[in-house]
Amino acid sequence: MTYDVIIIGAGVTGAAVARELSRYETNVCVLEKEEDVCCGTSKANSAIIHAGYDCEPGSNMARMNVRGNAMMDDLCRDLDIPFKRNGSLVVCIHEELLPGLKELYDRGVKNGVPGMKLLTREEALAMEPNISDDVKGALYAETAGIICPFKLNIAMAENANQNGVDFRFNTCVEKLTREDDGLWHIRTNNGEYTAKYVVNAAGVYADVFHNMVSEQKINIIERRGEYYLLDRTVGDHVSHTIFPQPTKYGKGILVAPTVHGNLLVGPTAIDQEDKEATNTTPRGLSEIAEKASENVRNLPLRSVITSFSGLRAHENHHEFILGEVSDAPHFIDCAGIESPGLTSSPAIGEYIGNLLRDKMSLTEKANWISTRKDVLDPKKLSIEERNELIRKNPAYGQIICRCESVTEGEILDAIHRPLGARSLDGVKRRTRAGMGRCQAGFCSPRVMDILARELNLPLTEITKSGGKSNIVLERSKEVTE
Amino acid sequence: MKSIDIVIVGGGPAGLAAAVAARKAGCDSILILERDGELGGILNQCIHNGFGLHTFKEELTGPEYAGRFIDQAMELNIDYKLNTMVMDISRDKVVTAMNRTDGMFQIQAKAVILAMGCRERPRGALNIPGYRPAGIFSAGTAQRLVNIEGYMPGREVVILGSGDIGLIMARRMTLEGAKVKVVAELMPYSGGLKRNIVQCLDDYGIPLKLSHTVVDIEGKEHITAVTIAEVGPDRKPIPGTEERYTCDTLLLSCGLIPENELSQSAGVEMSRITSGPVVNESLETNIPGVFACGNVLHVHDLVDYVSEEAARAGQNAVKYVKGELGTVSDSTKGRINLVATDGVRYTVPSTIDPDRMEENLTVRFRVGDVYKDSYVSVYFGDERVQHRKRQILAPGEMEQIIVKKQDLLARPDMDTITIKIEKD
Repeated sequence: MTYDVIIIGAGVTGAAVARELSRYETNVCVLEKEEDVCCGTSKANSAIIHAGYDCEPGSNMARMNVRGNAMMDDLCRDLDIPFKRNGSLVVCIHEELLPGLKELYDRGVKNGVPGMKLLTREEALAMEPNISDDVKGALYAETAGIICPFKLNIAMAENANQNGVDFRFNTCVEKLTREDDGLWHIRTNNGEYTAKYVVNAAGVYADVFHNMVSEQKINIIERRGEYYLLDRTVGDHVSHTIFPQPTKYGKGILVAPTVHGNLLVGPTAIDQEDKEATNTTPRGLSEIAEKASENVRNLPLRSVITSFSGLRAHENHHEFILGEVSDAPHFIDCAGIESPGLTSSPAIGEYIGNLLRDKMSLTEKANWISTRKDVLDPKKLSIEERNELIRKNPAYGQIICRCESVTEGEILDAIHRPLGARSLDGVKRRTRAGMGRCQAGFCSPRVMDILARELNLPLTEITKSGGKSNIVLERSKEVTE
Repeated sequence: MKSIDIVIVGGGPAGLAAAVAARKAGCDSILILERDGELGGILNQCIHNGFGLHTFKEELTGPEYAGRFIDQAMELNIDYKLNTMVMDISRDKVVTAMNRTDGMFQIQAKAVILAMGCRERPRGALNIPGYRPAGIFSAGTAQRLVNIEGYMPGREVVILGSGDIGLIMARRMTLEGAKVKVVAELMPYSGGLKRNIVQCLDDYGIPLKLSHTVVDIEGKEHITAVTIAEVGPDRKPIPGTEERYTCDTLLLSCGLIPENELSQSAGVEMSRITSGPVVNESLETNIPGVFACGNVLHVHDLVDYVSEEAARAGQNAVKYVKGELGTVSDSTKGRINLVATDGVRYTVPSTIDPDRMEENLTVRFRVGDVYKDSYVSVYFGDERVQHRKRQILAPGEMEQIIVKKQDLLARPDMDTITIKIEKD
């Protein structure tokens, strides 16, 4: 089948572009090498909606960040995504670095960031008692927020799918050529696709596809960031997102509450030469502890429940590369999408959507569905409403994940909705089953059973995250037929 | 709201023994709330033998041991609800629970017995660097997959941590045809029972490397190898000691954590050492009428001791309901503090009211290191009253002393009992 647009990558950028394009009368397909949406950088980041004061004025990054931030309230309301404007503090702990705070403030003003304020030491401590006693001053940004990064990605993809966008998972693009028929021919491990336009939203792989079609080469460096996630019992250690002053390697190691009530600490910034190097390291983990403690006191690292790492798609010039590639007609880049990529995603989607609308003279669908409901969370219901729900569907009375109180009903919802979960991680990102303090020790065999039953697969084919991540190998010898 | 005399949270060995003892002590309004589909708790997946030597003077498997108590509970017509999760316990003992048939419901309990057991420490809490692929399990999760579900996680196994479940699983995986390459233990001693090291590792030629830990995990989708290194006295890896083991399974047996989220939300005071509630001689928490027993109170080595402790909690809950337990005075007068020091990590209970105690009270504790040819000493105030020579004391084994009521009543001014390990 020939598509009007093929998007490479079902991360947050690809999903945002897909959702924007789903407004129009056009046929779109997203190709994703992993088994689900949200499997790369989009799933392993700081989960922060940045205010936008630290981007270079006039850059794509600055524009997309500020616009994306402003779009977030409506988007999260329409798509039922957990989001909270908790505000951020950039903390200055060295007197001689105070001018840096003012520079950051001025840059924010140039970028059009509303609601910033320079705070004195006393004001900062009053706002956030657990920041370091060495604080000399702070930059407060009221528009900064925290979000569920999985849900942002999943919700935009689901909504795009509801509106007719096709998604092809486990489909890895191997070769791209524009033939004489004026179409892009895309060879994958799952057959060939053709499309009038290609959108390159491939995250850390964006340079690979760009360089396949263009002589103007780009280079994406995988800049690894390692994190600690802390238990919900210490999630209120800080209420704002606490940043150090930024350096050339990025925004530094932050301490932030998450929308789910945990505490997140990280990331490091270490350049890699491997696009899959999402391992954590002894050095990285100790650096997080050391540096985060500079800005936040009594950091309760005893309550770490997991550590993880993600790769930023750092382009050499630290800028978002957005738009049609000059020597590759009908090939649209969304490359170098590192921080503030999550914040910027809806703005990038809008920008690329408008670009393609104008190029292809697209018209809006009459029946476009603008909203989407998340997996129903019974914890948000009253006891009466909850009992009504359980009467209608008893699966909502059965707790499967005890740490996060996730019911079987929610897991069934996650499996059977558009672009539903097919793996333990897919269920986890949609329901939080397995994301709590026991890290799936209790619920994983139970979620595996549900997946096997609902997808009609043998237990040996249930995976943690697709591919060869099968959880059990074979029947034990006593039960081998 | 429905009212019940004793609500027992958890239908594992602790909850069952508490229920049986409470019924025998004359309480006819008891309800066990169990989150799983069967009574018996974790014993159901412990299909090896060695349970019940103290209680029944014979060697039973886990399900058999549980079965003895389940049979008693059935004969005594004790009410229970399965697949029922307790969502909340309030300070005034309103228990909120949920299941498929009753929905969400509340019960006003006169007494509550906490018997939720414990969970395994996950990889995340261990700060092991590396990838996060499939093939990494806590030992108990693997035990469930092998023994209950009937599936093998893999064929080439490395185990980190020498807790009892890890040791048992080393043998179990071997019997199922897997190759267990090594058991690495961070500490210079095992956290498991000596008999398990002999019967589960030594008998199968599985090496136990003490003072070793996992420093890297390889494999992007599924685990392919781990690197193990020796650690120094600071428990930090020693560079140059790394050894790589290819494997398709990594099991973790690195400690158990009492599962006290419900207790904490109810306002129960917790011990930082045991991660369980602080209890008095009656196994009662700081909330009158809320009792704790089994692994939710402190992690036990043998289930026999769980049953014994839980029976006491059940009996005391009945006394409380009948108003026979005696009130705890707000002042500390007459209450004796138990002090754990010099190698003794904690004691259960942590206070004793001589007026409320039984004739002979068992005080349980664990030591924090391996001690050879040492003495367990008990001081009443400054007076040493027990001094018992032990060839070996190890953190993996629970210890106990007996305190007699008459001895305490004879010393009305005494306010501390100290338990310590002494060289001579």
